[in-house]
Amino acid sequence: MTNSSLTTITAKPAPEETQSCWSCGTMRAVHFCEACGKVQPPTPVDYFTFFGLPRKLNLDAAALEKDFYELSRKLHPDLNARAGGREQEWSLEQSSLLNDAHRTLKDPIQRTQYLLHLEGVELEEQSKSATEKARASGEVKKQIVPPDLLEEVFDLNMQLEELRMHKKRGEDDPALIEEIGRQKFELEEKQENLLHELKDYWKTWDELIERESAGHPVSEDERKRARDKMVDVLNRRNYIRNLVRDVNEALEN
Amino acid sequence: MTTDRIVGIDLGTTNSLVAFMQGETPVVIPGEDGLNLVPSVVALDSNNQPIIGNAARPFLIETPERAVYSIKRLMGRGVEDIREELKLFPFRLAADLAPGEVLRIKLGDKTFTPPEISALILRQLKRNAERFFNETVSKAVITVPAYFNDAQRQATKDAGRIAGLEVLRLVNEPTAASLAYGLDKKQNGIVAVYDLGGGTFDISILRLHDGIFEVIATNGDTHLGGDDIDNLLITIALDDIRGDMGLDFRRNAEAVQTIRKAVIEAKILLSSQPSIKLDIDLPGGKRYQREITRENYEQLIQPIIHRTVGPCKQALKDAQLKPEQIDEVVLVGGSTRIPKVRALVKELFQREPHTGLNPDEVVALGAAVQANILGGGSEATQNMLLLDVTPLSLGIEVAGGVTDKIILRNSTIPASATQFYTTQIDGQANVAIHVLQGERELASDCRSLARFDLKGVPPMAAGMPRIEVKFLIDANGILHVSAREQRSGTEAEIDVQPSYGLTDEQVEGMILDSFDNAEEDFRRRQVIEARSEAETILAALEKGKKSPAWGQLTTAEKKQIAKMENSLAAVKAEDDYNTIRMAIDALNQGTMRLAELMMDSAVSTALKGKTMDEADLGEGPTAPHPVAKADFE
Repeated sequence: MTNSSLTTITAKPAPEETQSCWSCGTMRAVHFCEACGKVQPPTPVDYFTFFGLPRKLNLDAAALEKDFYELSRKLHPDLNARAGGREQEWSLEQSSLLNDAHRTLKDPIQRTQYLLHLEGVELEEQSKSATEKARASGEVKKQIVPPDLLEEVFDLNMQLEELRMHKKRGEDDPALIEEIGRQKFELEEKQENLLHELKDYWKTWDELIERESAGHPVSEDERKRARDKMVDVLNRRNYIRNLVRDVNEALEN
Repeated sequence: MTTDRIVGIDLGTTNSLVAFMQGETPVVIPGEDGLNLVPSVVALDSNNQPIIGNAARPFLIETPERAVYSIKRLMGRGVEDIREELKLFPFRLAADLAPGEVLRIKLGDKTFTPPEISALILRQLKRNAERFFNETVSKAVITVPAYFNDAQRQATKDAGRIAGLEVLRLVNEPTAASLAYGLDKKQNGIVAVYDLGGGTFDISILRLHDGIFEVIATNGDTHLGGDDIDNLLITIALDDIRGDMGLDFRRNAEAVQTIRKAVIEAKILLSSQPSIKLDIDLPGGKRYQREITRENYEQLIQPIIHRTVGPCKQALKDAQLKPEQIDEVVLVGGSTRIPKVRALVKELFQREPHTGLNPDEVVALGAAVQANILGGGSEATQNMLLLDVTPLSLGIEVAGGVTDKIILRNSTIPASATQFYTTQIDGQANVAIHVLQGERELASDCRSLARFDLKGVPPMAAGMPRIEVKFLIDANGILHVSAREQRSGTEAEIDVQPSYGLTDEQVEGMILDSFDNAEEDFRRRQVIEARSEAETILAALEKGKKSPAWGQLTTAEKKQIAKMENSLAAVKAEDDYNTIRMAIDALNQGTMRLAELMMDSAVSTALKGKTMDEADLGEGPTAPHPVAKADFE
């Protein structure tokens, strides 16, 4: 029934740089008025725009955090509890938008997924919910096993099956558990390496955005190439993440 | 006199407290009995009048069928949730409870929902505060266990409303404690709050930096606390009595409560003594005696307190922190007085926990700090801001009975998520959405929050409508849902069927009538007292006019006084306290010189050899004179 589980706000053009405060009228105000401090009505913007950031993937985490705290001090409902009903409403919406944006942007994987989502790419088939939906309905999930992992995954699944059987019979097999643990460790290393690989593609993407903002045209083809590389890494990484989760479940249960 | 005073309330399983910010320090407001703690016990006396707190405790033994304790355990829960609870607690459920109905508890021959019983406790706290301030109190911050789900939070908010309180914020108990701690310490760092109370356990890990209290992760168990230790000891005693004396008191409420009282006392003593002797007079003249050593006791409670380990480890994992990265562990809740609990915390976090706070009061004090922040802050709280998280993931049931998580646990609140829905049949007008809370994969393993029916979807081919549903968790941790069909732009109507909890109409109907009256009474009493004060002053002025001092006033002064006199005489019959008060104050001010002159003449009379009493001043300035204010309660 759900079409999207990824996330939320659809991108809209950035708000006018010179909006006037609803309360004191004169000053430029985006989320709150710099003159009178009043919270402004929220405009539906994407998370990058909310923080006034370009759609680039390398970002200054410390600056993001600083902005997050500063905006929290202006927008949080606790600090607008005495304002009028309308302002309280805005404060609630602005502050949830702030938290949603911060939560998404601070995490490298979520940030990349969100950017791809803004670019119109859906990763749903690889998402956790899709895996679970497929598992529950018994359907085979449309999931491509990364070719370089085929053999390993096959072996691991056999071992997991064996482990489950042992556990069902109440048997203990320390050697098998150790072997699975070793593979899990390798998978986690792979996951880490994929994150580094992803970060390399960030550079490619960010350069496109920089070129574009400098007034140089960027072809749709170039964009697509940069996106596809990231989609590929994310798919592989998500696949491994799900595997690690399955291993953890098998080990814990 | 109505102010915007906001009090902080700790509505506890065992004890409840109300506190406020006195200047720059939070302080607890004592009850009429002078005690800070109001036991969370509610009883009905023989006239069906509710009795709350210490006064209600004797009822637990004398008329156990008319008293209830630990009601917090039932807040926001359904019958099927509390099977275990019912084995251990003497809750008497109403016999005519329909499936899906909010629980009702019998007290005597009346029944009350858990929010109504909590409301009686809240009303008592409200009254204590009103007595203390001598004014009505209608706004509060109430604390809840961090691990409370949406239904439990909503039930607490409902209780506030029933008690006549506007609940400005629900604050998580460990977070509140951290506010009181941080106000005191003013240090940056990572703090873990381990809160083991009467019935709930919470662990919260916070980052404190420059006044921002940011919760990184929280976990807990809303049914784990000192109560569980009491129940264990009661069960052991009952088994002993059955085995050794052949007496079965398990269904004897009076005996059980007598034993409960004794084991609670024993439990408390065992925190400071190596061994204690239980000595209980049982109904029927029998006596139960048993010695319990600390060692013995610690072995017994080990499985209970060990249940706090899992949540602590999970919280650390979620916060991506190792125990050695925690700068301080703060202990909150009465059960953290148990040395074995302290030892466990020390082992878990590899450091000596901070025990400098009063574990019974710190949550209420923190609630007062948060109340102060909401009220605009003061010098002490100026820079303070709390960023809390949602303890449980929010999900939607999708095909195959699976939970699709849309807001993950430990997300900073307020938080939101938007989902898009469509129809599966041509012309379908309704879409059903099932909202869940919890970490499990299957919907049936999660907590059902509500079922929503999106209505009035414009007729379109299947799959055409694009219904945007926004889920928003507010700063209280409570869910709000709104929906819009994007293609037509129509607001979809949402029909909310809360899985557990009262509807708005039900809450309206429960708002304590007597309570509203109490507020009305307070206002009326103020008016009556002001009127009588006005009478006194006007009478004293009449006397003053006959005194020699009157002649010493200028014509202008006399004219001015006459004007004020007329104005007070005119407004004193009015029904508005403030108007009368202002007229009284004006006349008091205007007759200041007259009073001084009368006083002078009284003194000079006295100097002529007469005592003040003998001086012929009528009821003159020694008794009520225009400056004297009537006693005001």
